[in-house]
Amino acid sequence: MDTLQNLGRWALGMFERLGRGHLFLLYVLMGTPGLLFRLRLVVQQVYSVGVLSLLIVTVSGLFVGMVLGLQGYNTLVDFGSEEALSVVVALSLVRELGPVVTALLFAGRAGSALTAEIGLMKATEQLAGMEMMAVDPLRRVVAPRFLAGFISMPLLAAIFSAVGVFGGWFVGVGLLGVDDGAFWSQMTAKVDFYEDIVNGVIKSAVFGFVATWIALFEGYDAVPTSEGVSRATTRTVVHTALAVLGLDFVLTALMFGGV
Amino acid sequence: MLHSRTVEIGVGVFVAAGLAALFMLAMKVSNLSTFKAESGYAVSAHFDNIGGLTVRSPVRMSGVLVGRVSGIGFDSETYQAVVTMNIDPQYDKLPADTSASILTAGLLGEQYIGLDPGGDLRFLKDGDEIKLTQSALVLEQIVGQFLFSKAQEGAAAE
Repeated sequence: MDTLQNLGRWALGMFERLGRGHLFLLYVLMGTPGLLFRLRLVVQQVYSVGVLSLLIVTVSGLFVGMVLGLQGYNTLVDFGSEEALSVVVALSLVRELGPVVTALLFAGRAGSALTAEIGLMKATEQLAGMEMMAVDPLRRVVAPRFLAGFISMPLLAAIFSAVGVFGGWFVGVGLLGVDDGAFWSQMTAKVDFYEDIVNGVIKSAVFGFVATWIALFEGYDAVPTSEGVSRATTRTVVHTALAVLGLDFVLTALMFGGV
Repeated sequence: MLHSRTVEIGVGVFVAAGLAALFMLAMKVSNLSTFKAESGYAVSAHFDNIGGLTVRSPVRMSGVLVGRVSGIGFDSETYQAVVTMNIDPQYDKLPADTSASILTAGLLGEQYIGLDPGGDLRFLKDGDEIKLTQSALVLEQIVGQFLFSKAQEGAAAE
């Protein structure tokens, strides 16, 4: 009977949390239209969420593209079709690696920072103080961060993919001697704008939405102690990674799979 | 407000870089620059077998991309495949007796439609049908024919 009760308590707690998360999202979304008049707040957050993530995203994109170039070349050269290297590099970056790896990096670089920041604001009772002054912290603190994450993610993913293509180009054309003209022409022939690029952008926007939502909610819902904030930060990274990978499968199945 | 200024410049650079990356992906990586949406004229053709032809496969004349396959259907009266092609409007001087054949790029490459010009003085226009067609070569059939003719040679020699 005790195990049943524990199971029930656990399930109820989970559903409660899920409900709190969705209500939180609803309030945050309701707070975003008002931000049009306070763009300065959003710009500030785009700086800390997007601009400061630029370095890690660019460097990772470059190296992922270069590794794809090397690995793809080694396989394709056996079939004498190393010109298809650009297609391998571009499609895997634009469709999958760009959005997914950027979202994982985003969770580690920006998501954890958001959680820690909001969690500490809660722990030091800054949020409560705002409420005392009749300032809605959801509108003043959380909504700008949400919008900033949602704007930054697709841009970061696009930069990741573009830099990755150049990384692949550098290894393929620069080091391994694939023909430059064939590299670009094969790529433009096989990569479709609507099918591949637009779908990749949609993916990254969805991941940005989910990653920012999880990070902000974990911070807002954190137990207001040092331990609680540290746990919330860990949960942000883990849950975002799981959510992104799971959603990626669903989105891929919907977009490309014909499932 | 130097700090706020650097922040805003940083965000400006970031957004510009993101949009530039998207633009580069659109123009340089994808086919947006080469593919113009259905602005051309449609031509159809019947084939006995289309092999691995798909929608958006290229249509080439003398190796030059002149259009793309816009639709593949099945004619249940003649039991043939009906392929509609969208030809780029700048190639509007294709003779009416142009023939179409399904070819393969390279040994194992993708399949495309190759057009061979005829000598007619009238030109193909929207909605016309190409009468002279040659189907895709199916490897099993070719191997089968080869074995069959070899067997016949053997029989004739005896």
